[in-house]
Amino acid sequence: MTPFTQLQTIGCPLPVANIDTDQLIPARFMSRSRKDGYGDYLLHAQRFAEDGTPRADFPLNDPKFAGAQVLVALRNFGSGSSREAAVYALADYGFRCVIAPSFGDIFAANSVNNGVLPARVSDADARMLIDLLAEHPSIQIDLETQRITVGNHVVDFTIDPVWRMKLLNGWDDLDLTASYAADIAAFQTRDAKARPWVSTEGGD
Amino acid sequence: MSNRSETPKTLFDRLWDTHAIVTREDGETLIAIDRHFVHEGSHHAFAKIAEKGRPVARPDLTFGIADHYVPTRNRASGIADPTIRGMVDKLIANTTRERVHLFGLEDRRQGIVHVVGPEQGLTLPGLTIVCGDSHTSTHGALGAWAFGIGASEVAHVLMTQTLWQRKPKTMRVRVDGAFQPGVGAKDLALTLIARIGADGAQGHVVEYAGEAVRSLSIEGRLTLCNLSIESGARCGLVAPDGTTIAYLRGRPYAPSGALFDEAAEHWLGLASDADATFDRELVLDASEIAPVVTWGTSPEEALPITGSVPDPATISDPARAAQYAASIDYMGLRPGMALSDITIDRVFIGSCTNARIEDLRAAAAVLAGSKASVPGFVSPGSSLVKRQAEEEGLDRIFIEAGLEWVDSGCSMCVGMNGDILAPGERSASTTNRNFKGRQGPGSRTHLMSPAMVAAAAITGKLADMRPFLAGRTAQ
Ligand code: SF4
Repeated sequence: MTPFTQLQTIGCPLPVANIDTDQLIPARFMSRSRKDGYGDYLLHAQRFAEDGTPRADFPLNDPKFAGAQVLVALRNFGSGSSREAAVYALADYGFRCVIAPSFGDIFAANSVNNGVLPARVSDADARMLIDLLAEHPSIQIDLETQRITVGNHVVDFTIDPVWRMKLLNGWDDLDLTASYAADIAAFQTRDAKARPWVSTEGGD
Repeated sequence: MSNRSETPKTLFDRLWDTHAIVTREDGETLIAIDRHFVHEGSHHAFAKIAEKGRPVARPDLTFGIADHYVPTRNRASGIADPTIRGMVDKLIANTTRERVHLFGLEDRRQGIVHVVGPEQGLTLPGLTIVCGDSHTSTHGALGAWAFGIGASEVAHVLMTQTLWQRKPKTMRVRVDGAFQPGVGAKDLALTLIARIGADGAQGHVVEYAGEAVRSLSIEGRLTLCNLSIESGARCGLVAPDGTTIAYLRGRPYAPSGALFDEAAEHWLGLASDADATFDRELVLDASEIAPVVTWGTSPEEALPITGSVPDPATISDPARAAQYAASIDYMGLRPGMALSDITIDRVFIGSCTNARIEDLRAAAAVLAGSKASVPGFVSPGSSLVKRQAEEEGLDRIFIEAGLEWVDSGCSMCVGMNGDILAPGERSASTTNRNFKGRQGPGSRTHLMSPAMVAAAAITGKLADMRPFLAGRTAQ
């Protein structure tokens, strides 16, 4: 995974709460292979009218925010289903960071596993950033110092310290787990004796 | 008779301690996984492990279920839609190659993963259970630590049978008193979500306790825990008790004989100590809970059926007012209109939230002898539930009311199999998410209990089910 340290880019404001994963990627696209890229499906119903033409009033379609790698939204971003495809859609579209006052737990974990930073700010700061970006879409993110800069304004964000380390280093859980193979094996032997009913042998 | 120790423990503490393999300096803990369910949507994870060239570590603890994409009609003639057939075929190929047991379309036990797990006794108290589906929280009803995971995590579990976790915070929701007749788990869950918000329990494990929760059947507890994720909690829990033990005895995958008794003793000892502390506590009174419906596009936008659509003009918080205005606009409602004036186009009874046998009985009790004034269909939570309902004659009640009686799957909960609403259509639905477009592009969903959907089917509007129960046996 590509490490995430700093980002200097365009920030796209999305002043909406409860952007759930069904909005981020409608279920009907999830049978597609990742190879084709999921970027076109991102927020599909919001971005495109029924006839497929882009909705001019949706921020992602505003030329001012073209090339944005940061999305700023209101509370409860990514709530809903566990579909990692919601993060694939964001990542394939080009987003590397989402800023919001709160995130769905599963979505946030999925983001980190794909190198996308879920940066938590206060409600008031999210609204301020949204207002600022509407005027000046340039934004800077520093994961090391946990700071967001837009113009003269600096806002601190929070992130689970372990997730921060994972993102900074581009670590993959699987590499870490590999070094604990012996612990896992020892646990399984011990546990099979302690809780013999966990076995599924009787079932079928 | 809980396992006494120096520091009082919660049920969740015990589940955590039992499964912690190692804890790193930074607090991340490697957790052993006892059950892993995969479905058609798990294809991304199987692709990942194929890429790494690694096999499934514990096929004996992994179970496949075809539910998300399966057709609910004309199954005997095979799957007509090539994309959907491809999804089911991929699951068959992946599970066959990895020697994972599959409850496939031909299996008489097929159904929705969160219905089949408990039904088969695969879900047991004290287990860790994961699945690439957020409603895995359902299984917590039996005292299991069960949570939904993303594709990267699914791949990690497939390869190692473990997951890295940080200990979440705990929250206890105590529900005192007794429910009014006809009111139950769905109304309780929606009331709670409306109270604390769709993100109210983020970062927490929620333990449901109190007299009213104890009084719920396992089916009601499954509904309650199912909806935990809609308050932001990744997992919900109810401590195992006599109801739990009675439910599990004799289930196909549950232990039997002396081993069951040994297990049962262990399970009953998992309950939180009386003096255990939680990071947050909330108390509700069951007797104050009325039948609830959602009016907006988030489960937190829920109100008693006797209420009316909020008026954003009277809400002081501008962000909240804007959110409500957007929901009202999408749902095609008027501020201030009575909820019981909302006319519907269709009903759906199904999903892992409310399609178990008791749910079908509750809906049938309201519908019996009546005609539905709108079309709709009933998709039982599992093929075994379907068969049982037919043995009880419930299918006749639905069919005579004019509803379609179809096969089991996720169906119109998520619309992946093509069971969707037309744009702009409005449903009364027993499912769990009223999100924009969840039941198809432009769809409008109102969530409620099965009895409330039945009442809406008869009247063609959102309706209070209580008058329909008058003179009949209360549920
Ligand atoms: S019925 Fe709906 S919520 Fe339940 S597993 Fe299927 S898609 Fe998920």
